[in-house]
Amino acid sequence: MTNAWISGTIVAVLAGAVGFFVVLRGASFPAHAIPNGAFAGAAGANLLGINPLFGLVSFAVMAALGIGVTSRRTRNDVATALSLVLMLALGAAFLTLSTQYEPAINALLFGEILGVSSSEILPVVVLGVCCIVALVVLFRPLVFTSVTPELAEARGLNNTLIETLFLVVLALSTALTVPVVGALLTFSLMIGPPAAARLMSSRPSRAIALSIGLALLTVWLSIAGSYTFNLPIGFFVGTLGAVLFLGARLWGSRRARSLRLVIA
Amino acid sequence: MLRWLLEPGLFANPSVRTALVVGAVVAVVSAVAGIFTVLRGQSFAGHALTDVATAGGAGASLAGVAPLVGFIGGGVVGAGAMDVIGVQRVKGRDIATGVVLGAATGLAALFLYLSTTHSSATGTTQSILFGSIFTVQSSTVPEVAVLSAVVLLTLAAIGRPLLLSSVSPELASARGVHLRTIGLTFMVVLAVSVGLSAIVIGSILSTALLIGPPASALKLVRRFGAGVTLAIGLGLVATLLGIVLAYDSYYWSSSHRGLPVSFFVVVVVVAEFVLSSLIFRWRRARVPVVVHVVVADHPEGWH
Repeated sequence: MTNAWISGTIVAVLAGAVGFFVVLRGASFPAHAIPNGAFAGAAGANLLGINPLFGLVSFAVMAALGIGVTSRRTRNDVATALSLVLMLALGAAFLTLSTQYEPAINALLFGEILGVSSSEILPVVVLGVCCIVALVVLFRPLVFTSVTPELAEARGLNNTLIETLFLVVLALSTALTVPVVGALLTFSLMIGPPAAARLMSSRPSRAIALSIGLALLTVWLSIAGSYTFNLPIGFFVGTLGAVLFLGARLWGSRRARSLRLVIA
Repeated sequence: MLRWLLEPGLFANPSVRTALVVGAVVAVVSAVAGIFTVLRGQSFAGHALTDVATAGGAGASLAGVAPLVGFIGGGVVGAGAMDVIGVQRVKGRDIATGVVLGAATGLAALFLYLSTTHSSATGTTQSILFGSIFTVQSSTVPEVAVLSAVVLLTLAAIGRPLLLSSVSPELASARGVHLRTIGLTFMVVLAVSVGLSAIVIGSILSTALLIGPPASALKLVRRFGAGVTLAIGLGLVATLLGIVLAYDSYYWSSSHRGLPVSFFVVVVVVAEFVLSSLIFRWRRARVPVVVHVVVADHPEGWH
């Protein structure tokens, strides 16, 4: 249980921080595609009998590079869709070839936070810290290229390079998050809390802090809910993300209305 | 040659025959709906709706309702929710799709968990996610055909304003096209089409056939009609070749463990896309006028 709280907390901080840039850059589709690629990698690693983390990291990074490289020549959403189906199809083939037991697949797709072991925590911490450091280093160029890509390009920033670096950071943090909350819900955690945070504040630093805070709240409540009601953690993560977003939206529109009243 | 490609007993097998018929119908519908999806830049919504439809299907199987109702109902509700949150505005579209997708996967996690613990039906998760065209029951063929016809007729009816509003929203608006109505109608039609293909061939193939063939066709031809025809052709080739290869793969290894259809169809779809991208680049390199336009698009390549 302690392991669940530790790994859940790391994952929430990471997803909150990375998710802010996902929302800012409109990269929801890659954020959905890369975890699914990671899932295929885990299935492949299982087939070869190697550590699933290698499979997760290598396939997630491959998906990120695939999307980054293809996007230069093709529409971004088409490149992402095709990378996604290719990864999923490979995953389906790996699963057919291995004699995988269904609950293990469910755990990879929907997460099994209560089954995280102590030996799994160290790599999560190390890679998580690497991702946070990379985000801190990339912070200014990431915000700059997201807000005004033309101006950033004119200042000599290489948009494609920044985009690809960002996708690799996204891939690494995904590879850590998938075993904990599952391939499908990694995405929910990277969209719901950050989208809510962006609605609540337009200052980047404050929005990131809010995003991390809301992601932590989501994960903690989800672990508690999952433990108490004996339901999959994915259900809580997915629905809480949407509830937070809708709450922030309602709050925002009420605030706008009262501001208008004050002005009138 | 033909003996080598087609293993014995391929067409005698009833589930293969059903798979070929249903696969062909779904390939045609996906190609037509997909052309608009790619032109409008709504691939993400097109993919997300498969997962939303899957959540609906899982809910239906839990409630004891027909899965087809769940898949299509789930998709339509998801499309409506995306529209309410703001799928129309390009800026908010990504987030709206993401939030709906996130909520739907959460619900799917719950429904699948409840249905596997209550009925202990093994393999539900996998068959819903990855689908298996070989397990389609021949009794569903009429339903699939009717719904496909509805999708195609609706798209034919709204085709002109939809195309105009996809290519140039300002012009369409000036011509009196109500963008929001046409956009919502398209999303609902897309949800039905995607729900249909997700239940028949699984969510991987649904996205592959929706995006792959149209994107390849749009790289090769410029005229809309030619694009639709080519997309249908590429979709049919991928589906039929994929089914035949999957059937054959059963005989490849001595252990008789066939690879899934979705794997082969996706491989053909991606190969088609890579090939048409190469042809596009080769043509562009030979036509100086187009090169000029491209250079203007990317100032960094202009020395």
